[in-house]
Amino acid sequence: MDIFNAIIQVLDSTVRLSVPLLLACLAGLYSERAGIFDIGLEGKMLVGAFAGAAAASVFHSALIGLGMAVLISVAFALVHGFASITHRGNQIVSGVAINFIAAGSTIILGQAWFQQGGRTPALQPGERFEAITWPGADAIRDVPIIGPIYAELLSGHSILVYFAFAMVPFTWWVLYRTRFGLRLRAVGENPAAVDTAGISVAWLRYRALICTGILTGFAGAYLSMVQNGGFVKDMTAGKGYIALAALIFAKWKPVNAMFACLLFGFLDAASIRLQGTPLPIVGKVSVQFMQALPYVLTVILLAGFIGKAIPPRAGGVPYVKER
Amino acid sequence: MSTPYAKLPAWADYGLIPLINLSVAFIVAGFVVMLVGENPLRAAVILVEGAFGKGTGIAFTLFYATTFIFTGLSVAVAAHCGLFNIGTEGQAYIAGLGIAIVCLSFDSTLPWWLTFPLAIVASALVGALWALIPAYLQAKRGSHIVITTIMFNFIAASIMVYLLVGPLKPAGSQAPQTRNFLAGAELPKLNWIIELFGAKIRSAPLNISFLLALAMAFLVWLLIWRTKLGYEMRTYGHSPKAARYAGISETRIIITAMMISGALAGMMALNPVMGDQHNVAIDFVSGAGFVGIAVALMGRLHPVGIVLAAMLFGMLYQGGAELAFEMPAISRDMIVIIQGLVILFAGALEHMFRPYIQALFASFSPKSVGMQAVNGKGA
Repeated sequence: MDIFNAIIQVLDSTVRLSVPLLLACLAGLYSERAGIFDIGLEGKMLVGAFAGAAAASVFHSALIGLGMAVLISVAFALVHGFASITHRGNQIVSGVAINFIAAGSTIILGQAWFQQGGRTPALQPGERFEAITWPGADAIRDVPIIGPIYAELLSGHSILVYFAFAMVPFTWWVLYRTRFGLRLRAVGENPAAVDTAGISVAWLRYRALICTGILTGFAGAYLSMVQNGGFVKDMTAGKGYIALAALIFAKWKPVNAMFACLLFGFLDAASIRLQGTPLPIVGKVSVQFMQALPYVLTVILLAGFIGKAIPPRAGGVPYVKER
Repeated sequence: MSTPYAKLPAWADYGLIPLINLSVAFIVAGFVVMLVGENPLRAAVILVEGAFGKGTGIAFTLFYATTFIFTGLSVAVAAHCGLFNIGTEGQAYIAGLGIAIVCLSFDSTLPWWLTFPLAIVASALVGALWALIPAYLQAKRGSHIVITTIMFNFIAASIMVYLLVGPLKPAGSQAPQTRNFLAGAELPKLNWIIELFGAKIRSAPLNISFLLALAMAFLVWLLIWRTKLGYEMRTYGHSPKAARYAGISETRIIITAMMISGALAGMMALNPVMGDQHNVAIDFVSGAGFVGIAVALMGRLHPVGIVLAAMLFGMLYQGGAELAFEMPAISRDMIVIIQGLVILFAGALEHMFRPYIQALFASFSPKSVGMQAVNGKGA
C-alpha cells in the first residue's frame, strides 16, 4: 500500500509540475504552427508570473492578477510580432531579446515597487487560486485504490490545472476543426498560398501570437499564484525552454504535447522524490542526471533516433509579399 | 530577387543606423529607470564615471570586456556562416572543466607561462567539442542548431553542477567549487599598463587574457575576410544553395564554423577562472555567453565592432556595479534589460528606422541612395 501511495503522490506532483509546461507548450504551438518561432516563451511566462502576483497582491484579487498576467504577456507577444512580422526581423533574435528584457525588468521593477529583493509580497488566501475539492472527495478518500485516485489525483487542484488540461482538446478543436485553425496551419506551411486566397498573413500571425500571449500569461500566473504564493526572481528557471523541447517532442501536435509535458513533469517529480534514495537496479540516480534528461531526450529526438520531428515548413521565415 | 531596401552610403549603413538603434535602446532603458523613480541622466553619469573615472574602474571595464570579446567573436563566427550559436554560454561553462583539469594537474609543477598555453588548448578543445555535436546534428540530421545548442546549455550546466558538487570538490569543503589554484595557474595582471598613464589601481582582475582576446579578434578578422575558409563560410551564410552549387561541403563548413565558434566561447573561461577567481565555481559564466549575442549584433559581426561593443558592455557591467551603490533601486540587473533592448533594437528591429533614413537621404540627394537605378529598373 505504501508503494501505491507513493505512486499516487508522484503522479499528483507530476500533474502539478506539468501544468506550466503544458500551458507554455500549447502557447508555443499556436505561434510555431503559424510560422513564428518563439524562443521567448520563457520571458513571457516570467512577466506573466510577475504581473499576476504583483497585481493580485496590490488589488487583493486573484482574477485581476490573472487578467494582468495575460495582458502583460500578450503585450510582450505583440512586441515579438512587431519585430518579427511587421519588421521581418530575425525571430530568434527577437525571442532572445524578450527573454532578457523580461528577466531584467521583473527584478528591477519588483525591487523598486515592493523592496523585497525582487520578490512580490506573499499572496494572501483570497489573492491566489485555491484548490478545488471535488464533491465527495473526502467521503471516498479511504476507499482503496479508487479513493486516493479520486481524492488526491483528480480532485484538489486549482482551477488553472483543469483549465490547462481542457485547453488540450480545445486547441485540437481550434486547429483542426475551425476555419481559423486551418488558416493558422496553412500560414505556417505556405504563407504565399494563404496570401493568394486574400487572407492577411500578418494579421493571422498576430492573432496566433495573441493566443500565445494569453496562454503564457496563464502559465506565468500558475507559477506565481498557484504553485508558489508570490513571485520569486527567475522563477521560470528554464521551464519555457523545456516547454519548447516538449513542443518539438510532441511534433507540434496538441495531444502529443500533453503527453510530452506529462513525461517531462514526471521526470521532474521523480527526481524530487528519488533524491538520495537508491533505486533497485541502477543504484543512486543523481538529481542533475534527472534534470538533464528532458534536454537529452529532446536532442536524441531531434537527431532523428525516435521518429523524426518536422517543424512547420515556413517557421522562422519572415513573409515578404511578392512585389 | 528584389531587395526590399535601396543602398545607403557605407558610413550611414555601418555608423548611423547602428547608432540610432543603440540610442533608441538606451532611451527605452532610460524610461525603465524613470519607472523605478530615478533620474536616468544622473544614472548615466554615475555609470560612465564608475567605468572610466578611476584607474580601477578602467581595469574592471577591460576585464569584463575581455570576456565579452571572446563570446561576441564566438557568436559572430557562427553567424557569418548563417548559424545562430545560442550555446556560447554552455560551451564556455563546460570549457571550465578543461581548464580545471589542466590547472589542477599542473599548477604545482609548471610556471604560468606553460600552464597558460595548455589551458588555452584545453578550453578551446572542450568548447569546440561541445559545439561539435549540435553542429553534426545540424549538418547531418537537419536538427535546428538553435534548439540543440539551447539544450546543450542545460546539459552542460547539469554536468558542471554534478562535477562541482561531487568529484571536483575538495574533501571537507562545502562550497561547490574546485580547490583554489596555486601560483602556477594564476595569470599575470595587466594593471601596470593603465598605471603607465598615471592612474592608480588598487586591485583589479585585468589580466593577460585581454591580449589573447585582442589577438583572437585579429585572427577572426583574418579568418573571415582573408582566407578561403572564411570566404566559404560567408558564402554558406549568405546562401546555402549557392555554396552547395559552388561545391562547398555543407557538413564540413557547418562543423568547422561551429567548432571555431565553440573554441572561442571556451577560451572565454580563461579570463574569470585563471585571471580572477583562481578556481572553477558554479555558474562562473553567469550570462556572459548571452551577452555575446548582444555584443556580436551591436558590433555588426565585425571584430572591430565587437571589441568596441564589448568595451561598451564592460563599461555597463563595471558602471552598473557602481550604480547599484549610488542608486539602491537599480541593481545590476538593469544591464540585463539594456542587453535585451540592444538585442531587440540592434538585432530584431535593425531595419525599423532604415526606410525613414533612406527617405531622408533620398530627399537630399536621390542619386546617393541609388533611387535612379531602382526607378530605371522599374522595380
